[in-house]
Amino acid sequence: MLNILVSIKQVPDTTNIRINPETGTLIREGIPSITNPYDLIALSVASKLKREFKAKITVITMGPPQAKSSLKEAVEFGADRIILLSDRKFAGADTLATSYTLAETIKYLQQEEPFDLFLFGKQAIDGDTAQVGPGVATRLNIPVITYATKIEKIDPEKKLIRVARKTEHGVEILEAKLPVLLTCEKGLSEVPFLPFSEILRAMKAEPEIFQADGPIPFDREKLGLKGSPTQVKRVFTPELKKQGKILNLHEVSLEKAIKEIISVLKEKGIL
Amino acid sequence: MKEVWVYIEQEEGRIHPVSFELLGVAKRLAQELSGRVAGVLLGHLVDDLRGEVFAYGAERLYLVDHEVLAYYRHIPYAKALAELARKYRPEILLLGATPLGRDLAGGVATLLETGLTADVTELAIDKETGHLLMTRPAYGGNIMATIICPNHRPQMATVRPRIFPIPERAEARSGEVIKEEISLTEEEAKVKRVGFIPKEKTVNLEYAEVVVSGGKGLGGKEGFAKLRELANLLKGEVGASRLAVEAGWISYEHQVGQTGKTVRPKVYFAFGISGAIQHRAGMQNADFVIAVNLDPEAPIFQIADLGLIGDWKTVCEALIEAIKQERKAS
Repeated sequence: MLNILVSIKQVPDTTNIRINPETGTLIREGIPSITNPYDLIALSVASKLKREFKAKITVITMGPPQAKSSLKEAVEFGADRIILLSDRKFAGADTLATSYTLAETIKYLQQEEPFDLFLFGKQAIDGDTAQVGPGVATRLNIPVITYATKIEKIDPEKKLIRVARKTEHGVEILEAKLPVLLTCEKGLSEVPFLPFSEILRAMKAEPEIFQADGPIPFDREKLGLKGSPTQVKRVFTPELKKQGKILNLHEVSLEKAIKEIISVLKEKGIL
Repeated sequence: MKEVWVYIEQEEGRIHPVSFELLGVAKRLAQELSGRVAGVLLGHLVDDLRGEVFAYGAERLYLVDHEVLAYYRHIPYAKALAELARKYRPEILLLGATPLGRDLAGGVATLLETGLTADVTELAIDKETGHLLMTRPAYGGNIMATIICPNHRPQMATVRPRIFPIPERAEARSGEVIKEEISLTEEEAKVKRVGFIPKEKTVNLEYAEVVVSGGKGLGGKEGFAKLRELANLLKGEVGASRLAVEAGWISYEHQVGQTGKTVRPKVYFAFGISGAIQHRAGMQNADFVIAVNLDPEAPIFQIADLGLIGDWKTVCEALIEAIKQERKAS
């Protein structure tokens, strides 16, 4: 029996983001919220393991009430228990406060039965920090394997795992004793076939809601904005910096344009 | 004296160039704080790298040599770096925003219970408060945010490779070496490397002098073969936009942009790339940008030094011919 915890995040779909040019702030209206794509990989891994072994999947997320929809999606992947951490006091958390909140939640849940495997996305596409996974592992005092690209072997009896992970120089194969926290890179798993029975179950599923004052005895000083050492001082839209020479090939001959490029290459010492 | 620390990223006895870039920017920050720059080197049998660290501007080097550190593993590396920071209390700790640097930084910041800003592209000292101003892209590069960490030390950041230039190397420089003993055991490392498959051919996009990139306008895989031909002629590398990568025309290793690599070539070619902000975030530090696109409204033209409105293929083929002619003539 494998006891798996998956941590997910609902994010604005950054490919569709628009910025108010006057205020430089995000136009949230009309931006679809999606489950962070890397977290879907984590859910896919959990789903596959559940089919291969006997497994129990618990999925947690921290966010506003609407993040419930991501948890319902998790049920489609086979989640047995879904928990939404939602409270104004959690809001504005940076990665340190987030990892605190998630790790305390995990410790609380582990009182019943310890988890063998923790699955996180390699990063969330809104902040792109990749810091929460290693932060949670550090707080739980367990090994973290980031950028996992393949689970080569997992032995629930011997509690052993062998994982391939991407480094800058190649792929390294690591072995560790469970429990282990993996952050999932693209390619670790395809989205598996989701049976209709699970989709039906998801429609009816309701998450348990955890708040700042219960059931977990959080240290209030470590939550949300208050518990975040980093602060946003200023937000602005990046400016476009130059206005170069533009040649329209309907007006200028190709020869002339190529000559321009050749002279740039010479000037830069490339030719 | 306030210290600005740079984590010297080494694997297999080779220092990642981002560490030199960081020594350069750390020097500027240290001067503003009237402090000094220190490198932190962790590993096993890495003593001979100390000269490099000084040559690129460190005034002090903290060195931990231990066999458990023979290759990178999160737990012992994080423990060693955190212990050093607890003992010597740096004002600032910078790491490269590489896979290794990000892996390590997340653990160290948690151990030290301090703030960490990811993937920073600008660093400055606030003249009034002396705080580090860390600016980074967010939401896929659509906005920039300046982050501070006013009440916790060290102020930690991972910094994108290729944002800052590599400083001038000065062979004769040297400095103080502080060798630190830290107790580490194989058991507490908890993870063991049992195999390693080196990359067949490493795409050295980040440090290429010429990058020839293609986007959705290329229309397919075949387009990249053309770009490869041009790149080879110029001893450059092939880059790509996210859309081209997502379409499966070329592998992710080639992706330039917020979620890919940052490049800083002398010349950057953008063929059939519209220039979405997420792409620009990865190439706007190029010395010279040449963009070719059919759409005169493509945002790439706003940051191009030379923009050609026209068909990418016509230009690419003509350019390949012209370069061959040039080579023959000389």
